[in-house]
Amino acid sequence: MMSVLDFDYMLGLVPVLLRYLPLTLQMAAVGMALALVLACGLAVIRVLRIPGLNAATLLFISFFRGTPLLVQLFLFYYGLPQLLAFLTQINGITATIMGLTLHFSAYMAESIRAAIVGVDRSQTEAALSIGMTNGQLMRRIVLPQATRVAVPTLMNYFIDMIKATSLAFTLGVTELMGATQKEAAGSFLYFEAFITVAVFYWVIVELLAWCQRRLETRLNEAYRR
Amino acid sequence: MIKVQGLVKRFGGVAVLDGIDLAIEQGEIIVVIGPSGTGKSTLLRCLNFLERPDAGHLTIGDLEVDVTRASRADMLEARRRTAFVFQNYALFANKTALGNIAEGLIVVNRWPKQKAHARAREILERIGLTDKADAYPASLSGGQQQRVGIGRAMAAQAEVILFDEPTSSLDPEWVEEVLALMKQLAHERQTMLVVTHEMGFARDVADRVIFMEGGRIVEQGPPSRLFGDPQDPRTRDFLRKVLANQVSLEST
Ligand SMILES: Nc1ncnc2c1ncn2[C@@H]1O[C@H](COP(=O)(O)OP(=O)(O)OP(=O)(O)O)[C@@H](O)[C@H]1O
Ligand SMILES: [Mg+2]
Repeated sequence: MMSVLDFDYMLGLVPVLLRYLPLTLQMAAVGMALALVLACGLAVIRVLRIPGLNAATLLFISFFRGTPLLVQLFLFYYGLPQLLAFLTQINGITATIMGLTLHFSAYMAESIRAAIVGVDRSQTEAALSIGMTNGQLMRRIVLPQATRVAVPTLMNYFIDMIKATSLAFTLGVTELMGATQKEAAGSFLYFEAFITVAVFYWVIVELLAWCQRRLETRLNEAYRR
Repeated sequence: MIKVQGLVKRFGGVAVLDGIDLAIEQGEIIVVIGPSGTGKSTLLRCLNFLERPDAGHLTIGDLEVDVTRASRADMLEARRRTAFVFQNYALFANKTALGNIAEGLIVVNRWPKQKAHARAREILERIGLTDKADAYPASLSGGQQQRVGIGRAMAAQAEVILFDEPTSSLDPEWVEEVLALMKQLAHERQTMLVVTHEMGFARDVADRVIFMEGGRIVEQGPPSRLFGDPQDPRTRDFLRKVLANQVSLEST
């Protein structure tokens, strides 16, 4: 009986795909960093219920959670240049990072907000009682504690984001998924190509999940000396 | 010197503080007693602007504010001149004992970290917790946490320290060490306004005891007079109940 899978082909694919791994990781890392900053801002607006901004934030969150990421990516890549003339052409990588940032910041803002609200209210009063401003209170007391609660969830979003970078290939970006697609189209060995890239994502995610577990153990030890 | 004139605070139309007038001399130790829901906590919280009063005039040292017109800056200034000790300690969970005490000096007074830590160590020594400098609140006993809470208030070098039932959440075994620290502060003539049910503390330490009911000051005077010869029937009634309670506690 003939071998079902062409293992030699799959092994040969590994070094090829490895060359595109950095781009995938870079898009996820930059997207995550930007999303974190944006999500913190949105969460603080929600917690302090800053007039005007609060309503705008709710709308933002609702839109980016309520529509598919793929639709958002197309909107940025194909739609924005039509709307804003100076953006004659937007680079696929930029559009992906923008889409990932906005999409995931909407989700992350809500989990950060929950973590902030979860910090014992009496500590807020204690900080105010010694004359701290709202900003000092947030930076020094609330956010450090909220971080500890939010980190596990945020790690999950990071893992999701890494997988979501694969959508960049629909914008013509040759990252992990785009490269696989091209290889498969050349060799017609679709199953081998896609199972190989699946294992790539799987291994990355498992590595991150391992880091996540270690991080959680460390965070739970904090404040206990 | 602290002066409160015509202080009013309403919650949903109900006047929880109904025109409080009060003057506190520097170095004076005042104990506030009264039934539950009378506005004792609200009075302290208004002095610290944790609640925004609806009417009244506040003088803290050379700061004078009409509470209805208090700006953000006025409120910050009033908070810096009053320190608060909370019933549930309210320590910063992400800071060590040392960090809790030094935090205000670093963030509010903008002291360099070294200097703030040196001062915090002095305070740790005074509250008898030198060996717990690096301990986080979660690993401290209730009594130790409240002593750190008092240390944090001491660091603020406020005109007055406001204590809201500082021993009420403590297991009985820790009450004594916290009261002892408060007595030590009283001995050093730290100005204090203390809400407590510890009648023994009021009798031994207070210069003046204030009995509040229904958002008003009903009666006040030195402890010997207020406990020995209360004038108002409401005071007598309250003291009878409280003292009966404490006796029955002590005899069990
Ligand atoms: N934030 C608030 N919103 C609405 N009502 C409040 C609020 N804080 C206090 N009150 C009400 O104000 C009244 C006075 O409360 P306060 O806590 O000052 O009483 P207290 O004398 O400290 O009582 P206790 O001895 O039980 O601590 C109570 O009836 C309480 O329910
Ligand atoms: Mg109270």
